[in-house]
Amino acid sequence: MSSATADTPRLDFAGSPINKALTAEQKIELFRKMQRIRRFEQEALKYYNAGKIGGFLHLYIGQESVAVGTLSLCGENDHNITAYRCHGHAIMSGMEMNPLMAELFGKATGCSKGKGGSMHFFAPDKGFWGGHGIVGGQTPLGLGLAYGLKYLGKEGAALCYLGDGAVNQGAFHESLNIAALFELPVVYVIENNGYSMGTSQKRSSSYRGCLAQRAEGYDMEWDVVDGSDIYEVRAKTHIALERARKQHKPAILEINTYRYYGHSVADANAKKYRTPEEIENYKTNFDPIRLWRKRLVEEGVATEEQLDAIDKEAKAEAAASVKFAEASPAPTIESVMDDVYWETDNNTPASKLGQHFFTD
Amino acid sequence: MSRTLTYREALREGLDEEIARDPNVVIMGEEVAQYNGAYKVTQGLWEKWGDKRIVDTPISEAGFIGMGIGASMLGVRPVMELMFWSFHSVAFDQLVNNAACVRYMSGGLINCPIVMRGPANGGTNVGATHSHIPEGLFAAFPGLKVVAPATPADAKGLIKAAIRDNDPVYVMENTRLYGMTGEVPDPADGDFVIPLGVADLKREGKDVSIIGHGRSIIHALEAAETLKEKHGIEADVLDLRSIRPLDVEAILKTVKKTNRVVLVDESKGFGGVSAMVSHLIQDNAFDYLDAPIKRVTTMDAPAIYSQHVEDEQLPNPRRIVEKVLSLR
Repeated sequence: MSSATADTPRLDFAGSPINKALTAEQKIELFRKMQRIRRFEQEALKYYNAGKIGGFLHLYIGQESVAVGTLSLCGENDHNITAYRCHGHAIMSGMEMNPLMAELFGKATGCSKGKGGSMHFFAPDKGFWGGHGIVGGQTPLGLGLAYGLKYLGKEGAALCYLGDGAVNQGAFHESLNIAALFELPVVYVIENNGYSMGTSQKRSSSYRGCLAQRAEGYDMEWDVVDGSDIYEVRAKTHIALERARKQHKPAILEINTYRYYGHSVADANAKKYRTPEEIENYKTNFDPIRLWRKRLVEEGVATEEQLDAIDKEAKAEAAASVKFAEASPAPTIESVMDDVYWETDNNTPASKLGQHFFTD
Repeated sequence: MSRTLTYREALREGLDEEIARDPNVVIMGEEVAQYNGAYKVTQGLWEKWGDKRIVDTPISEAGFIGMGIGASMLGVRPVMELMFWSFHSVAFDQLVNNAACVRYMSGGLINCPIVMRGPANGGTNVGATHSHIPEGLFAAFPGLKVVAPATPADAKGLIKAAIRDNDPVYVMENTRLYGMTGEVPDPADGDFVIPLGVADLKREGKDVSIIGHGRSIIHALEAAETLKEKHGIEADVLDLRSIRPLDVEAILKTVKKTNRVVLVDESKGFGGVSAMVSHLIQDNAFDYLDAPIKRVTTMDAPAIYSQHVEDEQLPNPRRIVEKVLSLR
């Protein structure tokens, strides 16, 4: 946990209107979503280590409350976009595990037909505009979603996620300037896990109290959020989202969180730049799923047995998605040339004009 | 019927017609609205269409181009002006990682119907950083389409096709052509759109094929006139117009007719569009060649500032004539 929240007196956000309105069922659903994300990724990690999954695998384990807390407030008019650590947002946006796991396995049944991989999950029909590979490169796209909403006269807002490393990218600052200048309904969510790859926030960012404070330079609202408390995540995100939706005012939320694994599974120094004590401290004291579970039991919303059963289901679902992925066909080599140009895919008369592709 | 318009007026007329035709078309860029466009291409459009359709942006290429790409994913059809294509470097990530790749990486779920336009040329004595000619560079990224109109009529026809296209299209204009006049069909005679991917034989000959795009075509036509008058050589001048998709058929047709080829390209000697065209010719029409394929490109150094020399660094009619004569 970064110092920004450690020194702050604890407030209880359970009583805020947006949390008070939660039914027991909805509260359990938040647990189910977090647990599904975690079990999906644990399964993915297993098969990555077994060599069945290629490329990079940026795990979200430890950060689940961010995607679940924020996106639980989004409806069909809202949109979201993130970087390469996108599994949590994808599942929370309503994507099924089967096409996601198949994508990791590089299969034709994957959500991006095996063309995107771990970093590039998309479900535009669910308002999820993806997983993008370049640090900070998605921040102007999130701005564009907000611009599109406003231009087309549509309701809703855009949530654009970034890591604490991306706050130093020029594209992010350009986006903040335009967001405030054009009054666009975008909420930037900094998922501050303390490390931009292997370099700690303290060594990579110049800041005073927190990263979100940089919003002041753009005359924009901001807040810092304890990511281990889903009530706080929801309460503060709700305020930012409502302001964006109703007043077209952008904001930055910095949600303090932590990742248990390396930047990606391929992060060779994952165990060197953080002490085992630091990781253990987070797991023991701040794990969002463990804390939420405790809360649900304390509130009498669910019993340990019920929650165990939900976890068991999530595990089974993740295991089944591996079976689906393994049994799925690989893409054909011919499919490499699909999805490059709209007109060639749609076989329009224009696709017969001129040569689009050049090989050898 | 047709009228005489300048290249910039033709572009403006094309933009104006598309704004009128489709409410989702929006023009965006630095100084495009209240300032009326750095090169006056968008002059009068803000007064006519207002703040919603014609949008001034900060000098912030990565930010506003990325914003346009995001908006296009949602169904807006933005036409982004780059004051100079040389400024692509500031927004390169957005141009090649987001616009070019998002359709592919999403397995075809997301379209990106955006147009990027602006001048891409040397020859204005503005030094190295403002004189890049990146047609070949962007054509090398699958997912992108690249066009380079040489005449007012082509400028209008191609910008309209670009705006209607469902893929990202990069329109490489030329500062030195903005004031050039030419015949453009009258709007009263119907919708004038030039499909992407169709080259245009701008002059007919039998002895040599001069192939190029953009301002090179104007030089090639002048060279062809000299070749005819002074040397009795009749040149085919083929204007590629569209770099990607590329009219390979038209290229091979003229080569098979004349058996001699000079390629003209404002890119530098290394790489560039002409290098690709040269490869296609030797791969597909080697047996038709009576001489090696020759190129006239920009001398392989950053653009020189000196107004005394820059036109010599670039392809020009004299250099084209010399290269054609060297084939004999």
